[in-house]
Amino acid sequence: MKKHFLTLAFTALLAGSVFAEPNDTIAKVKASGSITMGVRDSSGALSYTLGDGKYVGFHVEICQNIIANLEKAVGKKLEVKYTPVTSQNRIPLTENGTVDIECGSTTNNEARQKQVAFAFTTYVEEVRIAVRANSGISAIGQLNGKNVATTTGTTSVQLLRKNERATGVDFKEVFGKDHADSFLLLESGRADAFVMDGQILAGNIANSKAPADFKIVGEVLNVEPIAIMLRKDDPAFKKLADDTIAGLAKSGELAKLYDKWFVQAIPPKNIKLGLVASEATKGAWANLNDKPVEAYAKK
Amino acid sequence: MALEWQVFLQDDGGGRTYLEWMFEAWGWTLSVAGSAWVVAMVSGCLMGVLRTLPQDTRLNRWLARLAHGWVELFRNIPVLVQIFLWYFVLPKIFPSMQQVPGFVLVVLGLGFFTSARIAEMLRAGIQAMPRGQRYAAMAVGFTTWQTYRYVLLPIAFRTIWPPLTSESMNLLKNSSVAFAVSIAELTMYAMQVQEETSRGIEVYVVVTALYAVSAFSVNRVMAFFERRLSIPGMVRAADVGAGH
Repeated sequence: MKKHFLTLAFTALLAGSVFAEPNDTIAKVKASGSITMGVRDSSGALSYTLGDGKYVGFHVEICQNIIANLEKAVGKKLEVKYTPVTSQNRIPLTENGTVDIECGSTTNNEARQKQVAFAFTTYVEEVRIAVRANSGISAIGQLNGKNVATTTGTTSVQLLRKNERATGVDFKEVFGKDHADSFLLLESGRADAFVMDGQILAGNIANSKAPADFKIVGEVLNVEPIAIMLRKDDPAFKKLADDTIAGLAKSGELAKLYDKWFVQAIPPKNIKLGLVASEATKGAWANLNDKPVEAYAKK
Repeated sequence: MALEWQVFLQDDGGGRTYLEWMFEAWGWTLSVAGSAWVVAMVSGCLMGVLRTLPQDTRLNRWLARLAHGWVELFRNIPVLVQIFLWYFVLPKIFPSMQQVPGFVLVVLGLGFFTSARIAEMLRAGIQAMPRGQRYAAMAVGFTTWQTYRYVLLPIAFRTIWPPLTSESMNLLKNSSVAFAVSIAELTMYAMQVQEETSRGIEVYVVVTALYAVSAFSVNRVMAFFERRLSIPGMVRAADVGAGH
């Protein structure tokens, strides 16, 4: 009996795809009258919480534009539910329908494209190095024998590993459990550099006790297209999202939104990140596409 | 959402497969837990004994107070907070600690946290024995050391062995906090690899299985010693539970 049950459970697990329903988000939200937006607690200015169940940010605001167009398409007002997601659960939750549209800081890559779809890239992240201003470090080559911090559960860890293998620069990696922790490693001197997405570095420095003590230096280690994530095999909803982004890009609204979140002072502390749009980000707006990070590496 | 187990054979970008990396991570988990267990047993047993010393001399009274303080200090602070104190706060106060590797700090942190719990178990084990045992040992002229070595501890350890088994298994599972201070153990491996490969379910299934296997092995080893240590004629839990 017990054995039968186990076999059954296992078969159910393996056959999960058999029960998958066709993905038609537009029909789904029309029937339910509500849409669930996946958001992040602290993904820099892309998506973060003000507390009290309120979520804001560059990607959240783009998603609100998409939902406004979705409301026109279904012909009624939709209730928007916010579900906080993490890097660990965002893909399963999008796949299984808990979240209809994920507006966080997800890198578009080939492995993920097998599981989910991405709207047009709206932000291109550049991986950079933050150091203490008095350290004298200005390039990755100077990190030989130094401690380099990065955050567990991010693609930067793998990037460092590849870089170390390719260049022969031998540094010791230390891992923070989240970005705040990694920054603490740098601040407390346990690490000499913090390698991470530029906007996260800028955000941590802007929020630190003495922002002038830190600076972002060196070459761009990697570029990653960051995009809004949708369910796979749902062409109608993807077209709606892409068209919305194309409309925003054409009218110049996208650049204004970027300016609002990344250059001007943002809530809750009214701190300016002062991160003007990079050439790569502007390029993505000029030639809208949903290419994965692998396509960027080939250039 | 089909499962793809071949994800473990992919290269991680640094010239090893995710499978190889997983075994390294498992090794770190076992090393952290194993070393912390030694620290916990040594300091826990010492503190447990000190708390039960006869209160006849000034020195013994001070030692008992010291052990009491130790226990309260380490069991009243959450283990993750203790790890952060060891890693971030103490080196601020004592700059030389900055050079101590994270592994040593996490072993001390986990070991001392667990030692407080072991000390309390041992105290309970010793105090559960009839007072006559101690008096008898004193009556035949044993020193305090001999009383503990030949009379009290042999029985106390046998009494506390079952909860000590649970505590050892807990220690293994608690070792997952080491990821917070940059030890590349299994929990960190799981968090990192699911991000790199996007195959979180496969990774967590295997890592969960490794934790379960490791904890169960600890259980079996402890159970083996429990059987070997049992004294014929002495009441054992297994002998009185026949009513179930």
